[in-house]
Amino acid sequence: MADARASPALRGGAWFGAALVAPAAILLLLLLAYPLGLGVWLGFQDAKIGAPGQFIGMENYQYLADDPVFRLTTVNTILYTIVTVLLKLFLGLGLALVLNRSFAGVRFFRSVLLLPYVVPTVLSAFAWWWIFDPQFSFISWTLVRLGLLDHNIDFLGDSWLARGSLMIANIWRGTPFFTIGYLAGLQSIPSDVYEAAQIDGARAFRIFREITWPLLTPLTVILTTFSAIFTFTDFQLVWTITRGGPANATHLFVTLAYQRAIVGGAMGEGAAIAGVTLPALAILAFAALRAIRERA
Amino acid sequence: MKSRLLEIWLPLLLFTLFLLFPFYWMALTAVRPNQELVSTATNPFIVRHPTFDHIRYLLSGTGFPRWFMTTMGIATGASILSVAVSWLAAYGIVRVGFPGASATGLAIYLGYLVPPAILFIPLADILLKLGWFDRPAALVPVYTTFLIPFCTWLLMGYLKSIPREIEEAAMVDGAGRLRVMLGIVLPLSGPGLISAFIFAFTLSWNEYLYALVFMSAPEHKTVPVGLATELVRGDIYQWGPLMAGAVLGCIPVVVIYFLFVDRYVQGMSGALKG
Repeated sequence: MADARASPALRGGAWFGAALVAPAAILLLLLLAYPLGLGVWLGFQDAKIGAPGQFIGMENYQYLADDPVFRLTTVNTILYTIVTVLLKLFLGLGLALVLNRSFAGVRFFRSVLLLPYVVPTVLSAFAWWWIFDPQFSFISWTLVRLGLLDHNIDFLGDSWLARGSLMIANIWRGTPFFTIGYLAGLQSIPSDVYEAAQIDGARAFRIFREITWPLLTPLTVILTTFSAIFTFTDFQLVWTITRGGPANATHLFVTLAYQRAIVGGAMGEGAAIAGVTLPALAILAFAALRAIRERA
Repeated sequence: MKSRLLEIWLPLLLFTLFLLFPFYWMALTAVRPNQELVSTATNPFIVRHPTFDHIRYLLSGTGFPRWFMTTMGIATGASILSVAVSWLAAYGIVRVGFPGASATGLAIYLGYLVPPAILFIPLADILLKLGWFDRPAALVPVYTTFLIPFCTWLLMGYLKSIPREIEEAAMVDGAGRLRVMLGIVLPLSGPGLISAFIFAFTLSWNEYLYALVFMSAPEHKTVPVGLATELVRGDIYQWGPLMAGAVLGCIPVVVIYFLFVDRYVQGMSGALKG
């Protein structure tokens, strides 16, 4: 932000500048910064919905540390984030490389294939839920018809199948995010870089490994941290498709926080669960900011 | 020729099948009659006797039209408020300046990285105390918390691209601070404002967690929340109407997306830059 200085003609307007920022700042202080602090504070209380709580120190956290459901949720969240972010990166970059070529209809495919990221997540989650239906899934139907299976697959009734199903839905939704980012990144690489490499007779894969990928690294850091932040705190897909089931096997931090705080009424405990995500989010946000500044 | 087939068309086919199939499935289910929905004998990939019964039921037998209007109102209100406030903030930070302006810009951007997931519990507490619970209008200020950071960052980038000389020339001609801002820079910001509005509108239309937690009366719900809570009851899933609702609920964002697809993609990748 080297050019954030005021122009000479506008100099001396510090109060004017601050006044312009004020409405945005007030809204964000009241409805973002204050709740953020309040959330941390609630995590140290035994508050219930509609009833003020008492300060109970680390009790919520001690209780959670011994809670097998919370422990499983921690493992789930980490697994869900790592697996899906890696696959979204891989697939998103792959699709970007394809869409960066020139062929008939490339503009059409570029806009249509980004749709999973654009439409409301809950609405597409309905489609996935129906695709994974224990009785009427087309996947089961096809496999049974082909004679490869003699029974339907209970996608959402088995812990590991349910986790896998949710990961597929998440990858489906998040892949275009990487594609959008990488397409812009690929287009900003000057073409003479490639021409020089082609004169050297370098093969496509070597060009990618030694030129394209290193040039994309700062962007990769930004996309990965953003994706990790939003995957780590995913709620919509899981709550719509499995509600954390079967037997709490697919809960993520946020679905568990919702279940305990809103469905169960234990605000303090829910806030503590959400609070657990804060250190990880802070690290990721810091990494994202640093990458953005380096790239600027 | 063979290499283009392997490098372009084959991967493209696989990506297209994976990324677009759920939409096909959604649309197909929306017009599939109930007896075909629960039959395992018929081929599920086609519909023999398409029907509009599900759509008719959705529009006349459920709260869908009401949810649609509510969502439209909230999304429009929150977007206009956020874009206006964000443009002022972006102008103040980029063009007027004050001590700590660039730190303020970064702080606002950092707000975008605070997910609703860690704000919904304390916000529920605050709205309860304010008596704003179950009031759709309360979602307008709440949505600004994720819209303002995004819009401000986007508009800061846009304002930096408008040459300073235009402003300086007007100042030399004796135009006042406000006149330069509202009479000259505001009209030039048009395309940036449109981009910001598109993002704000689609982000509000897609919001789920806040609306789910803060609204409870059926007539106050938004489209995603209404469908997920009123059409999914116990073990009786109304797959037809649910999918019809999913299709109709996607339409506003899909229309906006296709009208402004280049701007959408540009804005999206621009927001990842410093």
